[in-house]
Amino acid sequence: MASRTDRRAAAAARHRLLPGGRVAGPMLWIIAIMMFLTVLAAAAGLGLGAAVRSMSADLAGRASVQVVEANPQLRDQLAARALTALRGADGVQAAAPVDPALLADQVRPWLGEEATSGDLPLPALIDVTLTPGDADAKVARLRRLLGGLSPALRIEPHAAFLLPLAGLLSALGWLAAGVVLLMALATGAVVVLAARGAHDSHRGTIEVLHLMGATDVQIARLFQRRIGLDAMLGSALGFAFAAFVILLIGLRLGATGSELLGAVRLPPASWAVLGLLPVAGVLLATLAARWTVLRALGRAL
Amino acid sequence: MRAGLYGCLPTVPWLSLRGSRERASAIFQDMSAIVQFENVGLRYGLDSETLSDVSFTLAGGGFYFLTGASGAGKTSLLKLLYLAQRPSRGVIRLFGEDVVTLPRKRLPGFRRRIGVVFQDFRLVPHLSAYDNIALPLRVAGMEEGEVDAPVTEMLGWVGLGDRGQARPATLSGGEQQRVAIARAVIGRPEILVADEPTGNVDADMARRLMTLFEALNRLGTTIVVATHDLPLIAQVSGAQMMRLDKGRLADPTGSLRYPPRPQGGE
Ligand SMILES: Nc1ncnc2c1ncn2[C@@H]1O[C@H](COP(=O)(O)OP(=O)(O)OP(=O)(O)O)[C@@H](O)[C@H]1O
Ligand SMILES: [Mg+2]
Repeated sequence: MASRTDRRAAAAARHRLLPGGRVAGPMLWIIAIMMFLTVLAAAAGLGLGAAVRSMSADLAGRASVQVVEANPQLRDQLAARALTALRGADGVQAAAPVDPALLADQVRPWLGEEATSGDLPLPALIDVTLTPGDADAKVARLRRLLGGLSPALRIEPHAAFLLPLAGLLSALGWLAAGVVLLMALATGAVVVLAARGAHDSHRGTIEVLHLMGATDVQIARLFQRRIGLDAMLGSALGFAFAAFVILLIGLRLGATGSELLGAVRLPPASWAVLGLLPVAGVLLATLAARWTVLRALGRAL
Repeated sequence: MRAGLYGCLPTVPWLSLRGSRERASAIFQDMSAIVQFENVGLRYGLDSETLSDVSFTLAGGGFYFLTGASGAGKTSLLKLLYLAQRPSRGVIRLFGEDVVTLPRKRLPGFRRRIGVVFQDFRLVPHLSAYDNIALPLRVAGMEEGEVDAPVTEMLGWVGLGDRGQARPATLSGGEQQRVAIARAVIGRPEILVADEPTGNVDADMARRLMTLFEALNRLGTTIVVATHDLPLIAQVSGAQMMRLDKGRLADPTGSLRYPPRPQGGE
């Protein structure tokens, strides 16, 4: 029956029941700051998580076989035998010798020109790609196989030397998740305090509304709506700033050209998760406000 | 009924005797007790009792005055009546139901049936006179489109037609009081409780307001007015008087209490 304008006017009138402007003082700004920090922490956590995952996906399935033999002929023979054995072995997807010239190139900065002279014995290297799954067991099996061929053959899973780094990164990721959780708690607490303050400073109005027969839910809705709006504005502000900062950092990371740092990129799915944070923040603020005011109202007659 | 009420307001409003016979008979059928106090006591904190052994019955449709010296407990008694306070002892029944043990969540339903003029007005400071008067209608969930007509009429009736957008702070004491009265009666409450409703207005306006109360009373509302103003009481014929003395209901003549009208006895 009621027209849309009617309903809008009614909503406006309900809003007017509380005075205009902020009901909860500086809460908006506090929420903006909290949301800014939360989004940054979450982005760090998500970025690190993505980096760890891409790193382990890249590395877990790979291993290097070194042929540590000073005699070049023996070394080449041994490398060839190892290659055949590896290609025939279970769990090996591919095995390819690393070009000695490439190897020399890579060590030149450390060892100088002699590295290429052939006087310095460089090990031959074979890149091994394992079939997916249970890399540790496969590497162990290959180690036994190669050990049977010659003690000069050594296999080294790639993940092994990056393991401490991956561990560090994932620990940082969890730390970030913890920070996000603490921020959520702190935001809730700020809203509870703000709602309590708003309730106290409008005690007179609330009492009159009560005596006119307003229900607790009717009154709580006034506060919850206003605090929710403040939270919405604060969250949007905080999120916008955080997104700006994250994009900047992303550009700087890209500019380093480092593969490792480059991996710390936010995939689109992570952006979606970050986008949910302000929504969750507003929801949290609204619920906290409602709960607080209802509790406070419950103490009056 | 509601539309009719507002419709007849601006002219010689509710005073018209048209239809009063039917209404009167409706009221007399409704003469049952609408308010019952039995041995009610009220104690604030650890002080001695502010109200002691208060027992009375108000009939539906009656017009009652409550008098007594300052500090006798008039406001305290009215607070019990409009459910702002629970008694320390005794039984209070409103509309036939015990409200002392009423669960909190049922109070709003009862409060909406009672209009209150507070001694200190309690206008919402940030709302205009118009919005203050509209408050009970909005709390009751009336559609916004239906609010305007009665509020505008009510403003006109209390002589504030051109002050609708004024904030309470910019109104005189008497004007604030009239806003408070308009707010109390606009919802057509079944019981109207008014605490010193004419304390801040001149004799003319006091008479006008009493006329409003009488008109409301004729439509079936039970009126309870606390006042010091004895000439005012004399003005309303057929009204009953209760007197509080140091927290006890004094009844020196015995004729001032329930039943309110000789012809309306139970
Ligand atoms: N909230 C309260 N807490 C403690 N004492 C109160 C409270 N309200 C009223 N009193 C005391 O109760 C007594 C009765 O007060 P009440 O306001 O009911 O009197 P009253 O008859 O309305 O007076 P007046 O004619 O001046 O309005 C007074 O002594 C007052 O001090
Ligand atoms: Mg009083």
